[in-house]
Amino acid sequence: MADTAAPARIPLVDYLVLDDGDPHLVANECTNCGARFFDRRNACASCFGTDFTTVKIATEGTLRTFTIVAFAAPGVEVPFVSGVIDCDGTSVRGNLRNVEPDADHVHTGMELRLTTYSLGTDDHGTEAIGFAFEPIS
Amino acid sequence: MSNSDDIWILGINMTKFGKHTDRDVVDLASEAVMAALADGGVTMADMQVLAAGNLMGSGGIGQQIQKQVGQTGIPVYNVSNACATGATALRTAIMSIKAGESDMGLAVGVEKLAGVGLLGGGGRAKKDGNEWEPQGRVGAVTSTDGRIGTDTMPGVFAQVGMEYGHKYGGADFELFARISEKNHAHSTLNPLAAYSKRFTLEEIMGDMMIAYPNTRPMCSANCDGAAAAVVVSGEKLKTLSLEQQRRAVKVSASVLTSDPYQEACQVLPDVNTLTKAAAATAYETAGIGPQDLDLVELHDCFATAELVHYDNLGLCEEGGAVDFFNSGAPWRDGSLPVNVSGGLQSKGHPISATGIANIWEICHHLRGEAGDRQIEGAKVGLAHVIGLGSACGVHILEKSAA
Repeated sequence: MADTAAPARIPLVDYLVLDDGDPHLVANECTNCGARFFDRRNACASCFGTDFTTVKIATEGTLRTFTIVAFAAPGVEVPFVSGVIDCDGTSVRGNLRNVEPDADHVHTGMELRLTTYSLGTDDHGTEAIGFAFEPIS
Repeated sequence: MSNSDDIWILGINMTKFGKHTDRDVVDLASEAVMAALADGGVTMADMQVLAAGNLMGSGGIGQQIQKQVGQTGIPVYNVSNACATGATALRTAIMSIKAGESDMGLAVGVEKLAGVGLLGGGGRAKKDGNEWEPQGRVGAVTSTDGRIGTDTMPGVFAQVGMEYGHKYGGADFELFARISEKNHAHSTLNPLAAYSKRFTLEEIMGDMMIAYPNTRPMCSANCDGAAAAVVVSGEKLKTLSLEQQRRAVKVSASVLTSDPYQEACQVLPDVNTLTKAAAATAYETAGIGPQDLDLVELHDCFATAELVHYDNLGLCEEGGAVDFFNSGAPWRDGSLPVNVSGGLQSKGHPISATGIANIWEICHHLRGEAGDRQIEGAKVGLAHVIGLGSACGVHILEKSAA
């Protein structure tokens, strides 16, 4: 990366890939058994294999469970919906956005897709981008 | 009568759970230790091993306790295993006896948690100079708690319960609140509980929401407390008085498990698989089944957690936890009373003490000493704890035949 071309956008976490127009999550997949991990492993927790490859995670999925957090640590905005999304067989932890955070609007089994949003811009003009899931329809 | 390779609880005690502003962890632990020794009719001179747990303190709790109650040079194991710390301490003392290194040992767990507030969650803010800078394992530029799901315990366990509901159906806000209603009702008979107030269903559902569907009374109560137990080999027990033999409680199974890998277990803690594994091993070791149990103390850190453990401990058919609760079975007058102490939601959850306090509750009933809340004729009980990460302890206890 050239000194003069500091990235204008940075992902909230390194497993969010911002590819223009095609944001997606990636995981380290064990080449032996297919278990997926969102951060580094010395060996696979399932089969102890030591060879991993980077794979793209499906950007659509089903809400398997959720909670609506109303009380959180200082600085954490509430309420928010936290859930586990089954993305074509890979479980992903994330928040829901673009849906009312109440039990009338959020239910397990709902179809969701990945979305991104701005976390703000720092003093160097770099914008941080977060991810969440939103209802498909 | 005791066989020589059996393990028995000779003495056991828990302090009153609640707010102990004038006493520190060493005071509380020592109170439980002295009372457990007296309960067993023994002294520190008889102890050949000490296992101690305390998560939030300064470390070395075992040695601090020795300085307070008696230093004899015995090996001390300071153990740490999240909410299973107390059960781990007990199992450590038991393993020492099973290994033949000792024939009597002491386990203690203590915590001061009153006023600590929400456990889990939080994280760093953007660093000085206002620059997004990737840090840590996933290169996060700011705290992920609240941005990528929740790190808070009420939220994590809410998802555990909601997942069960998604899989099997029938588990809604009201059902979880009714589980809490049961435990708070049970607590009114327990003078050592941190809270012993009965709540109506409406009060529980209308209280402050913490993480849907867990309202405040559906969450375990942070409080102070300690519990301690003296364990003895069957061979040694035979040399003690008939009264000591009569009150001794047999440890028919002592099991500790951690998570075997499951898809998603590193995304949302899987409290189910390791609990099922621990229960299966415990039943096999004890040679009894869930149908033989007279009472169960299980880890209801949140109302949403209690539901899944009915299933995990085999108290009902797979997928049948909602029906099990709705049948009235886990109420104290039901077919299999669960958490007659009031559970963690009302008795309280001073983390490291919990794993021994649950066993104290079972022993109290098996000895016929539980007073107003005695489950009549109780002969066999099961105590379960789980610490996130995860560690699961299951102990099966049987009344002495002496």
